[in-house]
Amino acid sequence: MNASWALPLAGLAVAAALGSAASSLLAARWPRALTVLAFPMLGVSGIAAQAAGLIALASGARQTTLLPAGLPGLPWHVAIDPLAGAFLLMLGAVLLPVALYGPGYVRAFRNGRDSLATLGACTGLFVAGMLGVLLAADAFLFMLAWELMSLASYFLVCFQHDQPESRRAAFVYLLLAQVAGLLILMAFGVLATTGGFAFPAMRAAHPDATWAAIAFILALMGFGTKAGLVPLHVWLPEAHPAAPSHISALMSAVMLKVALYGFLRVVFDLLGPPQWGYGITLVVVGATTALLGAMLAVQQVDLKRLLAYSSIENLGTVFLALGLAEIFQAAGHPAMAALALLAALFQALSHALLKALLFLGAGAVQHGAHTRSLEQMGGLLRRMPRTGWMFLVGCLGMSAVPPLSGFVSEWLTFQAALQAWRLHDSLLRILVPLAAASLALTTALAAVVFVRAFGIGFLGRARSRQVRHAHEVGDGMLAGQAWLVASIAGVALFPVLVASLLGSAVLQLTGRVPGSPGWLWLTPLGPTTASYAPLLVLAVLLGVGLLGWVVLRPRRGAPVRRVDAWGCGYAPPTPDMQFSAMGFAQPQRRVFAPVYALREGFAGSAYEVVAGDRSWSWIYRPLGALMDRTADLARRLQAGHVRRYLAWSLLTLLLLLWIVS
Amino acid sequence: MNLGTLPLVDQAVLVLAAMALFSAFALLAQSRLLAAIHVFAWQGFLVAAVAALTGAASRDPHLYLSAAITLGLKVLLIPWMLHRLLRRLSLERQADPLAYPALTLLAAAAIVVFADWVAAPVAQFEHSATRNVIAISLAIVLLGLLMMVVRRQALAQVLGFMAMENGLFLAAVASTHGMPLVVELGVAFDVLVAMVLFGVFFLQIKDSIDSLDVDRLSQLSASIERDEITEQRP
Amino acid sequence: MDRLLSLLLALLQPLALLAAAPLFTAVVGRFKARLQNRRGVPLKTPYRELRKWAAKEAVVARTASPLFRAAPYIVFASTLLAAAALPVWETASPGAHVADAIVLIGLLGLARFMLVLAGLDVGTPFGGMGASREMLVANFAEPALLLVVFTLAMTTHTTNIGAMAAATLHGAPVLRPSYMFALAALLMVAVAECGRIPVDNPSTHLELTMIHEGMVLEYSGRHLALMEWAAQLKLLLFAVLTVDLFLPWGLATRMSPTAWLLALPLLLVKLAGLALVLAVSETVLAKMRLFRVPGYLTLAFLLALLGLLSHVILESAP
Repeated sequence: MNASWALPLAGLAVAAALGSAASSLLAARWPRALTVLAFPMLGVSGIAAQAAGLIALASGARQTTLLPAGLPGLPWHVAIDPLAGAFLLMLGAVLLPVALYGPGYVRAFRNGRDSLATLGACTGLFVAGMLGVLLAADAFLFMLAWELMSLASYFLVCFQHDQPESRRAAFVYLLLAQVAGLLILMAFGVLATTGGFAFPAMRAAHPDATWAAIAFILALMGFGTKAGLVPLHVWLPEAHPAAPSHISALMSAVMLKVALYGFLRVVFDLLGPPQWGYGITLVVVGATTALLGAMLAVQQVDLKRLLAYSSIENLGTVFLALGLAEIFQAAGHPAMAALALLAALFQALSHALLKALLFLGAGAVQHGAHTRSLEQMGGLLRRMPRTGWMFLVGCLGMSAVPPLSGFVSEWLTFQAALQAWRLHDSLLRILVPLAAASLALTTALAAVVFVRAFGIGFLGRARSRQVRHAHEVGDGMLAGQAWLVASIAGVALFPVLVASLLGSAVLQLTGRVPGSPGWLWLTPLGPTTASYAPLLVLAVLLGVGLLGWVVLRPRRGAPVRRVDAWGCGYAPPTPDMQFSAMGFAQPQRRVFAPVYALREGFAGSAYEVVAGDRSWSWIYRPLGALMDRTADLARRLQAGHVRRYLAWSLLTLLLLLWIVS
Repeated sequence: MNLGTLPLVDQAVLVLAAMALFSAFALLAQSRLLAAIHVFAWQGFLVAAVAALTGAASRDPHLYLSAAITLGLKVLLIPWMLHRLLRRLSLERQADPLAYPALTLLAAAAIVVFADWVAAPVAQFEHSATRNVIAISLAIVLLGLLMMVVRRQALAQVLGFMAMENGLFLAAVASTHGMPLVVELGVAFDVLVAMVLFGVFFLQIKDSIDSLDVDRLSQLSASIERDEITEQRP
Repeated sequence: MDRLLSLLLALLQPLALLAAAPLFTAVVGRFKARLQNRRGVPLKTPYRELRKWAAKEAVVARTASPLFRAAPYIVFASTLLAAAALPVWETASPGAHVADAIVLIGLLGLARFMLVLAGLDVGTPFGGMGASREMLVANFAEPALLLVVFTLAMTTHTTNIGAMAAATLHGAPVLRPSYMFALAALLMVAVAECGRIPVDNPSTHLELTMIHEGMVLEYSGRHLALMEWAAQLKLLLFAVLTVDLFLPWGLATRMSPTAWLLALPLLLVKLAGLALVLAVSETVLAKMRLFRVPGYLTLAFLLALLGLLSHVILESAP
């Protein structure tokens, strides 16, 4: 297909998203409008975004145009290039299943007091904002779309505003989103001083080293807040559980990636020559984020909070891989930089699909079993078998075991890190393998997180009455999850094809293509150095498993005999005797004790232990206290006397005149 | 640098230096005082072996002497004295566990990275094949200091101090084939005297406050003031 | 001809490992018995046990889900595939191309994932206890194992296990401090991963102390046979991995049956040596308290980290 189709298709995606927002206003009078109009239009938007992304990636060209809107003298620049294409693909790949899933999920809200029209309209605007960020080619339109995305998602987070924790989560989210927006605006301000507000001008002009470093720090903090980097991550575990599940899926799977896109665009595309100092910063921040995210995810009882912390961990590993790319690029090894960047993009894509699946699964559990707490779940695999097996696919993928997609990106990151022997600086040579070591620890922790989530939630026996009476969800919700499972299988089993697609975005940023000839063997560094063939792995696993089943199948009699579980010869064990979710993670709590803010106590008759996040007590509470004290000082100015205010005005005027003269 | 092109002796020196680094970690993590003394003796042995091997490689008789002094002092005499001190203070079963073992080891690993980074420019000017040992010995010195920071037991702090001296000796041997003999004898004598003084001190401290926990030394001034107050009151 | 040989090799090597796995476990048991002045069971016993279990009826708890019955097949298949990635007597192993060292660790991770889920599935306290403890062990053992592989990969510039072994064979014999640390870490990890003393006791049936036995407590019949066979294969896998990475001398570097004839007896000698080391350590050491296991595993991780650090500091300065 012709490359010039990409922009019109992307335009169609934006239009469909806006149309979805407009049509859901009808839902105030006619609740079916959401099912009949709004969600199908979101689906159209998803398909169009996916198509536009694919075309942009396949053609490898940049298409630009000017919109007849915007400020006088600063029209809106719109562009689509392979980098934007890669993220459009992620957005579309998640949006379509969410559109399939949504109608079934929002049916539960129809009888409530919450306004469906607001939900639909904000969802449409949220998607339109994210599309706008990806398509913008000047700072003004970028910031406009960014704020649209932030504000629309704020209203989605506080959708269930009758619950106090939702309101608190939304407030924290709004606060940090505004700080992030301000920081990004300042980063663009630094970049725009030398050129202009359009991206091509910024790309052409390079600020000097100090200003570039300032812009880097501002961009890292601004986009990092949105992407959930430690210690700016605190909004994320609050906001994700508060939002409706299909919105959490969009936020975690796509919005965090849009922040990643913004960072890539500013630092890797616009900022100018790479510096190894940036690389080290990224590696350290990424490794810390990944480790802390995984350690905190292990201790969560709320399934959606657990997934939120896992998102923090995954974005940490993406930033770690970006750091490796920056280091290799600065050291003059563009081929290795391309490999690391490919690993980062692959991880972003794989995480988008997996996390969307898991959030949709968590939503299905909430829908079918009316709980998010692991301590009340158990045995859901037998009551919600389809959701359960698909959730298992997501858990396996997140734990980075072959042959699923999470493993591919981990493998690529390790391969990039193992090329550290090519570097000359002694600090880098030692830091890069250490980064790989921390990634190894993170991966092992992630496996604990998801073994626990699936094993406690879906296996064993029900721990509460509502879970004992859980029911499977409807076909639409299952179809959304099944679509994601199919996409994950495609990405996992044909990594070479996906890598060659993402390769054109990597080519755009590093000037090299991470080569892997053929379609079966993933050999980014040549066939003798390292190779991986997931399709063969799956084939052998299935072959051996089936062979074993055929050989060992009993010739006569029933396949198995069912009895009570072993209880040391006493009465069979009851569900209350199972390991609890907190009990399962107790060894980790003991080993990593300094990381957690531990609270033990009795809630009524139940013993309760909570492993909280230390960044609240270490950073945010002192910061809040400082703000309060500053505000107290400022309040002294507010004495309430008109003449005193006038005196302040006089003093200010005198001071200004003095400065001007 | 291709390791395969080095003579076998230099390879062995590298191996022994790496083991000395490991012993520094073991010293840091070992909570039982008795076992820590044994680890310290092993570290002394490794350093002495490095000196002897370097002497064999460079046919330098004075390095043999250094090795012998180290062997006699650090492997036999001082561990024996510490042992005796431990028995007289009846601390054989005393354990001094780290407050945050994982955090301490993380800090230790970071110190090794830092030492390598700091020593890299120094090693550039060095011509000997075993110049990389400088980074290792610097790390051993810093780890000894770290041990003195994180340990509360005074005896463990002495071990940290002695381990620092081991690191310095290793650096001297590996980079310049040992210090001049006079300096070396002086240092050895200093260490010995320090050891004796420590022993006397410990007995005194133990007599007066009945513990060797250095955190409790900070209470001394407060308790004296309190004593004065109580004396004035009647 | 060459393609045929390599296909033969790809099939023969893992199958030989699979066939020898019960024997290896029996040999370790025999050595241990002799060291403790016992006669020990005949070497045929593990085979007889497997046959007995395979023929028996499978009993499954009422509360078990379908995953419980699928798990043994997945655990067995992924362990076997991991074993297929190892060169046993020939470095140019085709399996090593399908799965390199990192994939091998990932496959062991898949096996563990399913094993732990199976332990949690029935909903008994023992299964949950074993599962929680197994994840604690894996939490440190897996990264330590990865670090061991990284240390060797940084030296040999490849993650293909066959190519690693070949690189060690072709290079001059060198004393490498990093290999020393990595070997020590690998042995410690192997002990922990295979559930041997001092981390876990393979012969215990006291419910409160066991890890591996706790997870497979509910299994019987053919399911138990597969789980146990996979566990035995895992032990042999770690032994062969140690041989491939650190003692590859004697492996055939080209595809010829004569070279294989030389490689096989040497391999047997090396494996017997490792079995003896394991038997001695299991005789000398006592099982640790569970809360000392993190300390043990941290030491393994630290050793692996020191291996990586000493490689960078001592062996590869530009």
